[in-house]
Amino acid sequence: MTGTQRMSDDALGAHYLPAGLPAPAPYPEGLAAEYWEANRRHELLVQRCTACQTWQWGPEFICNECHSDALTYESVSGRGRIYSWERSWYPVHPALQSGVPYVVVLVELADAGNIRMVGNLLGDPRQEVVIGSEVEAVFEDHNDADPPFTLVQWRRAE
Amino acid sequence: MATDTIRGRTAIVGLGETRYYKRGAAPDPEFKMTLDAIKLAADDAGIDVRDIDGFASFSNDRNDPAHIAAALGMKHVGFSNMFWGGGGGGGSGAVANAAAAVAAGYCDIAVAYRGLAQGQFGRFGQGSTSRTVAGAAAFTHPYGLMSPAQTFAMRVTRFMHEHGVEQEALRAVALASYHHAQFNPRAVMHGRPLSTEDYDNSRWIVEPFHLFDCCQENDGAAAVIVTSAERARDLKHRPAYILGAAQGSDFRQAATVHNAPDYATSNFKTLSPRLYAMAGVGPKDVDVLQSYENFTGGVLMSIVEAGFCEPGEVNDFFDLETFRFDGGRLPLNTSGGNLAECYMHGLELITEAVRQIRGTAPCQVKAAVNVSMVTSGPMVQPVSSLILGREPNR
Repeated sequence: MTGTQRMSDDALGAHYLPAGLPAPAPYPEGLAAEYWEANRRHELLVQRCTACQTWQWGPEFICNECHSDALTYESVSGRGRIYSWERSWYPVHPALQSGVPYVVVLVELADAGNIRMVGNLLGDPRQEVVIGSEVEAVFEDHNDADPPFTLVQWRRAE
Repeated sequence: MATDTIRGRTAIVGLGETRYYKRGAAPDPEFKMTLDAIKLAADDAGIDVRDIDGFASFSNDRNDPAHIAAALGMKHVGFSNMFWGGGGGGGSGAVANAAAAVAAGYCDIAVAYRGLAQGQFGRFGQGSTSRTVAGAAAFTHPYGLMSPAQTFAMRVTRFMHEHGVEQEALRAVALASYHHAQFNPRAVMHGRPLSTEDYDNSRWIVEPFHLFDCCQENDGAAAVIVTSAERARDLKHRPAYILGAAQGSDFRQAATVHNAPDYATSNFKTLSPRLYAMAGVGPKDVDVLQSYENFTGGVLMSIVEAGFCEPGEVNDFFDLETFRFDGGRLPLNTSGGNLAECYMHGLELITEAVRQIRGTAPCQVKAAVNVSMVTSGPMVQPVSSLILGREPNR
């Protein structure tokens, strides 16, 4: 995919938010495992129906459009536009006591049926955020976590 | 819509509320407060609490009917019901389910109730501190998106973006609730007036929500008694007849990771027409509105989707003058509501809607309120609404 760069490891302090937030895991039934595994190799996958080509996010057990269970994950470019956003000032978790403010964005992916993904907007947490502006996916590795995981984050497009 | 609906066939006849407390300040456990509220509601109606034979609640209330009936000695239980979904989406829905059970003959006297002690059981405004998070929450919690305020702020921001809504519109909702709470001695925020400067200078919780855009976290319990219109006429108070009730959700509103196709919505778009059709009234007939405030932005979208103003009119319409009990075009949250009376998950909005019909509210909008409306739980799935009338066949 384009527009990605490798972030430093946990030890280098390159994470957007402080350590200690819950680590992501697939559904107990295994749903979403492909997505989290692809993140580790810095590939952005989105669920897609092979019967009717509908993109869907978050992952579901069947296609919400045609009800087929022939679902797969497809690689996407990781370029999108900010659909909405928020800047949090109240630490909703003990790990965030030293981490506010921070920005969460909802990103719409034009090349994946306008599905939306949630992530942090990298950069100055007090920056002006403009709905409609272009962003691109960045992979944030948490290699020291047990087990390790990788989050998709977003930065302003070049 | 079916012509033989529950319109006018049942009424709310009893109101019971414990004292309302800041979270953690209640001297009693949640279950004890729930029993107290139900006893108070029965006393208010003038019935023996043991004659209650139907139960309805919402939001996974922890106080289940079997144990309540054992504790209070109900003679039998004919109906017990839980409205699915979280937040306050089921406040009106629980009352409506109680009414439907009475109309259907499952029970004769039903109670809709909510017990909630966030001091005893944990706060809604805090994220989970578990080490891992699975499922849909795995796509939000690791990014620090964990609380209800954060979940709903992005919907509101999108609505404000699409319609050019200013922060002052949100502020008007907060000012109205705090204004009315100053006349209500039961309100937790009684004696704590809010000025425009107080609002503007208050800290952000999550943009666009200041502290005063967010509901309180409280302890207490509330209950309302529902019975048939025939029985209601012989009881102590003027009945508040249930003219219309609706519940539900719009297309794929519960899609995960903020993927509801229509995102900038309070989820009342398909509900509102069904509500008015059953009640046989329209927005212009509504004398007073209680609109659930988890966050002011949800009230804003609820009022638009209930047909009281167009999205493009919000900046002009949303003003304290519009919402005042004394002369406002749309008196709103006249007891102080979730923001300033008590966050009893919106059941306190229903007790206030009934007081307006009875003519006993501290902020009584006029002597004879004919139509009193409640909207419950904006932005959650499902939501519900209720229209009460002074007469069963208005």
